[in-house]
Amino acid sequence: MMNSVVVIEGLRVVRGGRPVLDGLDVVVGAGVTGLLGPSGCGKSTLLRSIVGVQRVAAGTVSVLGKPAGSAPLRDRVGYQTQSASTYDDLTVLENLRFFARVLGLPPAAAEESLAAVDLTGHRDAVAGRLSGGQRSRVGLAVALLGTPALLVLDEPTVGLDPVLRRDLWALFHRIADAGTAVLVSSHVMDEAERCDALLLMREGRIIAHGTPAEIKGSQGADDIESAFLAIVEGVAGGDAV
Amino acid sequence: MTPRVTLAVAVRVLTQLRRDHRTLAMLLVLPCLLQALLWWIFQDTPLVFDRIGPALLAIFPFFVMFLVTSITTLRERSGGTLERLFTMPMGRLDFLCGYALAFGAVAAVQAALAAGVAIGLLDLDLRGPDVLLVVVGVADAVLGTALGLFVSAFARTEFQAVQFLPAVVVPQILLCGLIVPRDRLPEVLETVANVLPLTWAVDAMEHLATSTRTGEVWRDVGIVVAFALAALALGAATLRRRTD
Repeated sequence: MMNSVVVIEGLRVVRGGRPVLDGLDVVVGAGVTGLLGPSGCGKSTLLRSIVGVQRVAAGTVSVLGKPAGSAPLRDRVGYQTQSASTYDDLTVLENLRFFARVLGLPPAAAEESLAAVDLTGHRDAVAGRLSGGQRSRVGLAVALLGTPALLVLDEPTVGLDPVLRRDLWALFHRIADAGTAVLVSSHVMDEAERCDALLLMREGRIIAHGTPAEIKGSQGADDIESAFLAIVEGVAGGDAV
Repeated sequence: MTPRVTLAVAVRVLTQLRRDHRTLAMLLVLPCLLQALLWWIFQDTPLVFDRIGPALLAIFPFFVMFLVTSITTLRERSGGTLERLFTMPMGRLDFLCGYALAFGAVAAVQAALAAGVAIGLLDLDLRGPDVLLVVVGVADAVLGTALGLFVSAFARTEFQAVQFLPAVVVPQILLCGLIVPRDRLPEVLETVANVLPLTWAVDAMEHLATSTRTGEVWRDVGIVVAFALAALALGAATLRRRTD
């Protein structure tokens, strides 16, 4: 078993009087882990719980052995929300410099991060004028500041051009190879093959957990989408992990 | 609270403002222009200008800072930047004080410009020391910033945030003594006026206009600052690291 970076036990989150996650248990290890499931299944809520900004009703979430969101983790976990979460009226470099300062990093860290997402050429562009894909890479650069031990990315590849998506996945793997655990959510099933490990999620439950090959093999399916369907139809609301 | 982070927030807010020329003009030039407009309106009755001019020097910074802060912080909440900052080593007070610091600095410039125009060009008659006009202006602006930070927690959209202007700011302008001196208001309204922060800011300006003694001015500034601190504390209570 890979050493565990995130350990979640009995996580329950209630939003608007409705349980979004109820008694969720999961362990995330090193490498690139994909959190796949349809829109509205609770992926963002789960990721928000891991970075410690989600109000939690019950259960424990620990990251690198410490309670999620606790002070020692705040410069060790990089997070990108579904939006770019950067300032549209600042330049790319100003955005990076600001977040670097908050993290207590030297200004050079900003440049390194920009180079990692291949945006050095746009450093003086105002973030709001960039294309959607470029803006999401600025957000990613912020999440990469200070080489976090865990990188949590909420749908970073949505709506991107296939070439850019391929490049981003390559980048996630380079980051993971350098020792950062990467947790990426997506509602696009065909991104599954690009992950080292998969968490399939539906209606607030993790319905499968394993490598893409394991999950496909367990259902005798050719692709993850078919495996997903087979699991959903097979369990018909029951719990199988 | 970490001074490094507070300062980073303040510098960032100022950088954003520098890039937004229209907002900067609204913050710095508009108060001067409105003051000049008022002077023009009361050209034949300068005594009226001398009465309401100082009050407006108190109202403008409060008004514009409230507006700008409530919208910018709402953007931080809805744009995901606040959530990102809360996953980083940023305390709630770093965020609030960073904003207060940035807008306080802008307010100092604004107050100096507005006071310079009012006294230098428009012959506003002031008995008290000019520099206190700037001090009151800054206290006022910080009050507006603090209240703006606080109310932004109760708005979901920028449209809703703007609605706080007529709801929270206009009643204070009506009751602060600008239209009818406070002691001539119906008793109940006078009592209400006395617990509204803008009343004390305007009171400070009026003392500056009519008296060379500064005791009351400092008392009023103290009250305004106390209101601002209370609003910042309430603002801190509404800023949650963990949200639904």
